[in-house]
Amino acid sequence: MSSDTMDLTLRIWRQAGPDAPGGFQTYQVDGVSEHMSFLEMLDLLNERLIERGEEPVEFAHDCREGICGTCGVMIDGQAHGPQAGTATCQLHMRQYNDGDVIEIEPWRASGFPLIKDLMVDRSNFDRIIEAGGYISVDTGSASDANLTPIPKEDADLAMDAAACIGCGACVAACPNGAAQLFTSAKLEHLNLLPQGQPEKDERTVNMVETMDAYFGSCTNHMECSSACPKEISVDFIRMMNKDYIGAKGRNRKAG
Amino acid sequence: MTLDSKVPDQPIESMWENHKFEMSLVNPSNKRKFDVIVVGTGLAGASAAATMAELGYNVKAFTFHDSARRAHSIAAQGGINAAKNYHGDGDSVFRLFYDTVKGGDYRSREANVYRLAEVSNNIIDQATAQGVPFAREYGGKLANRSFGGAQVSRTFYARGQTGQQLLLGAYQALARQVATGKVELHTRSEMLDVVIVDGRARGIVVRDLVTGEISSHAANAVVLATGGYSNVFYLSTNAMACNVTAAWRAHRKGAAFANPCFTQIHPTAIPASDEFQSKLTLMSESLRNDGRIWVPKDPDDTRAPGDIPEAERDYYLETKYPAFGNLVPRDVASRNALEQIKQGKGVGPLKNGVYLDFASAIDRLGYDVVWERYSNLFEIYERITGDDPTKTRMRFYPAPHYTMGGLWVDYHLQTTVNGLFAIGEANFSDHGANRLGASALMQGLADGYFVLPYTIGDFLADKLNEEKVTTDHEAFQQAEAAVQDRITKLLSINGTRSVDWFHRELGKLMIEYCGLERSEAGLEKAIGEIRALRDEFWSDVRVLGSGDTLNSSLEKAGRVADFFELAELMCVDALDRRESCGGHFRVESQTEEGEALRDDDNYSYVSAWFRDGEEEDSWTLEKEPLEFDYVKLTQRSYK
Repeated sequence: MSSDTMDLTLRIWRQAGPDAPGGFQTYQVDGVSEHMSFLEMLDLLNERLIERGEEPVEFAHDCREGICGTCGVMIDGQAHGPQAGTATCQLHMRQYNDGDVIEIEPWRASGFPLIKDLMVDRSNFDRIIEAGGYISVDTGSASDANLTPIPKEDADLAMDAAACIGCGACVAACPNGAAQLFTSAKLEHLNLLPQGQPEKDERTVNMVETMDAYFGSCTNHMECSSACPKEISVDFIRMMNKDYIGAKGRNRKAG
Repeated sequence: MTLDSKVPDQPIESMWENHKFEMSLVNPSNKRKFDVIVVGTGLAGASAAATMAELGYNVKAFTFHDSARRAHSIAAQGGINAAKNYHGDGDSVFRLFYDTVKGGDYRSREANVYRLAEVSNNIIDQATAQGVPFAREYGGKLANRSFGGAQVSRTFYARGQTGQQLLLGAYQALARQVATGKVELHTRSEMLDVVIVDGRARGIVVRDLVTGEISSHAANAVVLATGGYSNVFYLSTNAMACNVTAAWRAHRKGAAFANPCFTQIHPTAIPASDEFQSKLTLMSESLRNDGRIWVPKDPDDTRAPGDIPEAERDYYLETKYPAFGNLVPRDVASRNALEQIKQGKGVGPLKNGVYLDFASAIDRLGYDVVWERYSNLFEIYERITGDDPTKTRMRFYPAPHYTMGGLWVDYHLQTTVNGLFAIGEANFSDHGANRLGASALMQGLADGYFVLPYTIGDFLADKLNEEKVTTDHEAFQQAEAAVQDRITKLLSINGTRSVDWFHRELGKLMIEYCGLERSEAGLEKAIGEIRALRDEFWSDVRVLGSGDTLNSSLEKAGRVADFFELAELMCVDALDRRESCGGHFRVESQTEEGEALRDDDNYSYVSAWFRDGEEEDSWTLEKEPLEFDYVKLTQRSYK
């Protein structure tokens, strides 16, 4: 357990833009309360930087309750830091001790180009969804919701996959910068449900191949799942691979 | 300016159905000739943009987030109401309508609320078809729960992540339209002005948050789906970037702002731990089903909660409201907590909370049952506070959560500016002075999927051959120049204090004088102090960096500048409404027992505030009288 307030040394990646040179800068932050969240600790640093006339560190964040998926940085080499099942915004400073040195970097993956400081562009995730991560149902054309019973365990499993917050920690944690965990969670959420069956093969092929166009390859390190703040299971990757092989087998025209 | 609510003269049960027939249609092959701008991609914006694109309109959608999947709709936990009556427990469209008007303390428009209840069922059908994984019974049918003291089980939910799942459904529908090319989606683009040509909204000016580029976009109609303004209080349950700027810019350009003082303060948020607290985290009010709320009777009691004997605890809600006990509505629970804290009986290191105690629930039900019901909430609580709720007591404090006020809209969801529509939390329409639990998701999706796509057609139908306005028009040039000037001004002040410092100070003023309790003297004092602080902001704020790159301090500065102006109007509105209703408690208007006292004779109206000029800090009040033909007005009582 840490003391009430602590003095910390931060090594933070600063980079003015995608084409500008980047590097670590060291900052001393004293008087950090153990009750602060990790991002509030960065807020405190930024307040002090502004006071000194230095530009604040840019980092992505929004809901600060672990659900929007906007935040996420590498903390001492771990995506979202040391606490399992916890997004950066939910990590609190009681996990640290007086005198700690903390290294903070942006997600590093070729699929996530850097924007500034700790902020990256994750829009390639949206490209994967646009490739087929939906069920085609125009507004107003739905039948009564209770018409199709769905076994509770199927609905629960789909929900396990759907819990993904799209933060990108899986890609950042992967030595190959692969997006299998994200893609499989989004895909299997729909493929597991009866509503998702009509477009299943097309969706699977399109999403997987779009993923391959932007991200690295999966070689089963499974770092993704241990970094995931929602603890999404790698089982969904297995299901995705099975669905992909099945879809390709059924539709040779898809190449 | 006179307000025309455009409520059709029809019996309420058949009003919307008949009106859909009466409204003009745009021929399917002509829809592609119209451009519609949608600002915001939360539940309301994403659902509206997707649906209009499916119909064939050309949609341009804008969000300041990096993806359309991030809006704060995503954080809603509890669920979404619908009048399906799947459990045969007596629910109906009329009951949901009745409960919503009553819950709003009779300050909403009956016609709009009835329509909301009517389309609630379509939302569940639509979301289920999209693959939203709602909770199910073992037989495979949809599960429901009772929520927020409702007497029927009408709340559909997806674990504690209902907002997330519904938003992902709408986002996926939007992504499908982006793929077809019918929606042109602009991410990381913040709307900074609405452009009016000949009295009609014809476009917007946006800033690209990565490059700083200012650009204009023209359309035949503009829809704002930009959420609520709880962040005027600085500490709220809203996401950090939630703001009033889009709605406020529209207000400055002539859109009336309705009931700005109607804000909801939620009783069960985790108390702030220090000055650097950046937001408050809400815990689902379902905790109040089994948890008991208390404070020590002796304000100087410093013992750990477990060491305080039963006889020395004050279970104040159970004592005061024997019928409802810990399950009184949000506004009552919040105000009573504040009263205890004001009496010095608050608990925790900053004496800013009340206890929520599961010890007797564990005795009664056993540890396993309590754990199964609340484990996910207990885990979140422990992650934030470091305390295990099964071993110690949870601490809570009320937090600003939702704003019922917003841009005034008519039955067609059109603001007082021709061609400018507002949907979701950004409008004022359906919740009166207090919103019931599990109704925000319902309203956002009702507006976006099932109301606006019809009414916008009626607006566009007669504009098929109208002259096209392009961004070369001088109104766009002027708006762009004004936006650029403001940015230059903010960057040039180079004072001594950060934007966050000003925002925190504004928040303290607002929670003190325009929060749970409002008084004439307090509100007048607040207006003076808000103005003084605003002047200080414009002469002493320090925004570093430049405007042609990503600069989050600059983004915040523009938003906080607008919050200052809104804050003043909230106080002006609260001053005018010398009655207590819903979340608005005027100390001058209470019963002998200290409960909220409505004044239907004098205040049964919607306050629609028009700014006297774009640069004027004065407003003119127009009143839309509220008439209740279907719901009987009663005084709420929870004794």
